[in-house]
Amino acid sequence: MAETLHRQLGMTDDEFTAVNGILERPPADPELAMYSVMWSEHCSYKSSRVHLGGLPTDAPWVVVGPGENAGVVDIGDGWLAALRIESHNHPSFVEPYQGAATGVGGILRDIFTMGARPVGLWNQIRFGDLSDPHNRYLFNGVVAGIAGYGNAVGVPTLGGEVEFDPVYAGNPLVNVMCLGVLQEEQLVLGTAGPPGTVAVLLGAATGRDGIGGASVLASASFDEAAGAKRPSVQVGDPFEEKKLIEACLDLYDRRLVVGVQDLGAAGLSCAASEPAARAGVGMDLNLDAVHLREPDMTAPEMLMSESQERMMAFVAPDQVEEVLAVAARWEIEASVVGTVAGGDRLRVYHNGQQVVDVPAASLTDEAPILRRPIARPDWMDELWKRTDRQADVPIDVALLGLLDDPALGDRSWVYEQFDHMLFLNTVHGPGRDGSLIRVRGTSKGLAVSTDGNGRVCQLDPRRGAERLVYEAALNVAVVGARPLAVVDNLNFGNPEKPEVMWQFTEVLAGLGAACEALGVPIVGGNVSFYNETDGQDIYPTPVVGLLGMAEPIPSLPEPVTGGMSMLLIGPEQTDNLAGSAYQRVVRGALGGRPTRVDADQGGRTIEFAIRLTHVIHGAVLHDISQGGALMAAVELLIAGGVGAHAEFRSVEQAFGEDPHRFLCLVPANRKPEVEQLALEVGCRIEDIGMTGGSDLTIAGPETINIPLERLRDVWANAISARMHGAVHE
Amino acid sequence: MTVGIVAFPGTNCEQDVAYALESLGAKTVTVWHRESSLDGLDAVVLPGGFAHGDYLRTGAIARFSPIMAAVEKLAAEGRPVLGICNGFQILCEAGLLPGALIANRDLKFICRPAHLRVESTDSILTRAATIGQVLTIPLNSYEGNYVPGPEAPNAVLRYCDPDGNVTEAANPNGSAEGIAGIANGAGTVAGLMPHPERAIEDFMASTDGRVLLESFIASVEATPAGVASG
Amino acid sequence: MKAVVTITRRQEIADPEGATIQRALVDLGYAEVDAVRVNRTVEVSMPGRDREYVLSAVRGMCEKMLANPVMEDFEIEILD
Repeated sequence: MAETLHRQLGMTDDEFTAVNGILERPPADPELAMYSVMWSEHCSYKSSRVHLGGLPTDAPWVVVGPGENAGVVDIGDGWLAALRIESHNHPSFVEPYQGAATGVGGILRDIFTMGARPVGLWNQIRFGDLSDPHNRYLFNGVVAGIAGYGNAVGVPTLGGEVEFDPVYAGNPLVNVMCLGVLQEEQLVLGTAGPPGTVAVLLGAATGRDGIGGASVLASASFDEAAGAKRPSVQVGDPFEEKKLIEACLDLYDRRLVVGVQDLGAAGLSCAASEPAARAGVGMDLNLDAVHLREPDMTAPEMLMSESQERMMAFVAPDQVEEVLAVAARWEIEASVVGTVAGGDRLRVYHNGQQVVDVPAASLTDEAPILRRPIARPDWMDELWKRTDRQADVPIDVALLGLLDDPALGDRSWVYEQFDHMLFLNTVHGPGRDGSLIRVRGTSKGLAVSTDGNGRVCQLDPRRGAERLVYEAALNVAVVGARPLAVVDNLNFGNPEKPEVMWQFTEVLAGLGAACEALGVPIVGGNVSFYNETDGQDIYPTPVVGLLGMAEPIPSLPEPVTGGMSMLLIGPEQTDNLAGSAYQRVVRGALGGRPTRVDADQGGRTIEFAIRLTHVIHGAVLHDISQGGALMAAVELLIAGGVGAHAEFRSVEQAFGEDPHRFLCLVPANRKPEVEQLALEVGCRIEDIGMTGGSDLTIAGPETINIPLERLRDVWANAISARMHGAVHE
Repeated sequence: MTVGIVAFPGTNCEQDVAYALESLGAKTVTVWHRESSLDGLDAVVLPGGFAHGDYLRTGAIARFSPIMAAVEKLAAEGRPVLGICNGFQILCEAGLLPGALIANRDLKFICRPAHLRVESTDSILTRAATIGQVLTIPLNSYEGNYVPGPEAPNAVLRYCDPDGNVTEAANPNGSAEGIAGIANGAGTVAGLMPHPERAIEDFMASTDGRVLLESFIASVEATPAGVASG
Repeated sequence: MKAVVTITRRQEIADPEGATIQRALVDLGYAEVDAVRVNRTVEVSMPGRDREYVLSAVRGMCEKMLANPVMEDFEIEILD
């Protein structure tokens, strides 16, 4: 029976043999349950781990690097910032509202586990084309789930990106990043502490949530008749999480915990074994003390349950009473479920019987490491050669097409559903290049940008990944912040395909090189494989979340009005449109090899943007990304409600997306100051036009005139018109 | 003079309201919903958030919290009682203000600035404003759609366009007669859906929230403990 | 004909709203309340159709849209 059981739990025969070797006997069912979840791809990173070692993770300001629940960096004056990003792709496809909601809940716990108060959320979401009602249903559900959970839990959602491409139709991507702020002495780690330390389970009751695999165990061992599929949908409860946040922060303030571990994937299995492994100790866990939502749960079910809104606190024995009192004050449940033991064994008891006895560290440290085959896809050369030169449409037709694209048009339909003002610190919220929040009690501002671009990475995963890091860095630079740390969320297809592993290693090489060049450490990450449908893999879609700091917070940009010079800063756009929004929307194609990052020019551009915001008060800066310089200009004009006269000599000049370039608008009489500064930093600067009037006039191969009103109407309806009335399938 | 700010489990704007009132010169103290007394406090604010997760109906569970008896007593004494967003919903559920708040017309959460026209200055919320004044103050709610009870409410703020016209197009959530804020007959108990504390500093959507919070503080100063009837 | 559809969250799926209401009722003095589940009802009116037809159509509606099969069950009652 056990032979087939491990396969049903998703373990290979080799892994099962390894467990037998570790235990020197066949595992009991609850033990097999623990190994199966802890050694899963999701928990063990078995396909990726061997490749992650080469990334730059050190800098003098890194307090906690990869491996803990979140990365932590020192932002000076006794303050720290904690950051983490994670995916919830598959759950969001099964049940978009709950999948996205529980994704938000999970990332928040990673942050307040570290002792930090979560201060902002960012989301990166990708769907198939909105012309398909099922994609509208998924998009609507995911946005509502993020809103429903994030708003109610009381953490503002400050930015993100949304993209649409048929490649995500069967496999939407939902990545959420969270930032927390704490004072130095509040830092808490996921360690179990010395023998005698008591494990207290806080928060929601444990039910049969997310244990699709465990149901196999339950039915095989205890319920022969059970043909019913156990639910694997987890339901989020932001109310419980809000109470849990306040209770945990209160516990930290009172210095009542030795360590804390949140319960996410692998639930109690992970919360018992990881902190013990980190502390080099053993643990006795008593399942009879766990507060349950359903009374008749089996030991494997309890060990694998992914019920949300739970935390494990490790507490000195003489402080347990006080911890229970704090939990009661915040109206959450708490159970004393275990004790840290000497030695290295994790022992679990159920119905008074010992049901698990394994080396705690074997669940984490001895997880298999796979060296999967890697092969460059034979279609790469073909893709690079593919030229899509064809008769281009007039520039105004192209521009209106781009403005009408839901990934490029007005995204307020999304972000106005998110509370982005709570805590009264939002200097720049969603809809901007980078978000910026003030850290009250200091003169500092923290900026975050999250960026992804699956199409560019499909064409060249290494160059694509490099470009993402530089784009994110420029996005925080244009709000005045200097890059400080990166977290990455690596979304890929099936790692059993050598081509996918090649994309993965190329992306890591690109991320590593760019972060190294910019001197920005990677302090955490998440890998999501198996994003495929019917054998079709998604584009390699790494997402970069970059934290920067502005000190002081620069003065606010002036409103865009008439009489402003439009200055384009950065290297001259090449003839390369590979991977651009123009190629996708206007030409309906994907091909060519994207322009690569120029580390010297990229670094100068970022430096120049930071200097500009702090020196030229009121200057308006805007990163050039999807849709190119013309799109960036039009977004500024729409925001200001003013027209312009601008020159774009070619389609490439207008819509090319070469990296590290931005626009700067200043009153015409201040243009010499910007030019002087550009000279000092060594940046190229080009005057492309002047704001004014109520039309956009584009001088180029032919002169084109469009009323700004028309541009704004098309832009404003890009998402809202498509989603009108879309509430359910 | 001290203002009590009530925190229910799930409330999340209590610190924002405290920050805003204190930056305008008031003294505040946060009061947990399990407490049963507001003795020694001169006024009370029920701030925004999701008390009890907004489960069942917004405010339906919160209105039974022990602190609510003390809020009712304070209101009966004629002292200033202000509900913002979720606090407004709780005051309606508790019967301290008439009507109810239901889901927005478009069934979407709305977080964006709204234009409001001051309809009356006879309330703790608007006494420092002028009639017809247009304020820009952020909304942040899913259930912000006001439905009046049998009697016409004392409307103090209505949604309007930037020029002060109350129109259907300027009504963000479907509220009856564009109502954004109301008061009881005496003007001592008031509630509104928009968040004045989110409009007090230069980097915010506006600084128009100040005039409403200053009205409230002025009302507290004008109604010191022991002087009010009750 | 009118159909009344009751949509319930499957027993094993968490119902945070029900659990919160249960605790609030205990607080209010109803100490004996040990569980609350929050369900939804949907009334569907289909005049001029017979019972069999309405039952079959409404079942289709539930499977396609009214209930989410990954987390909810439904019951249909036909009223004359």
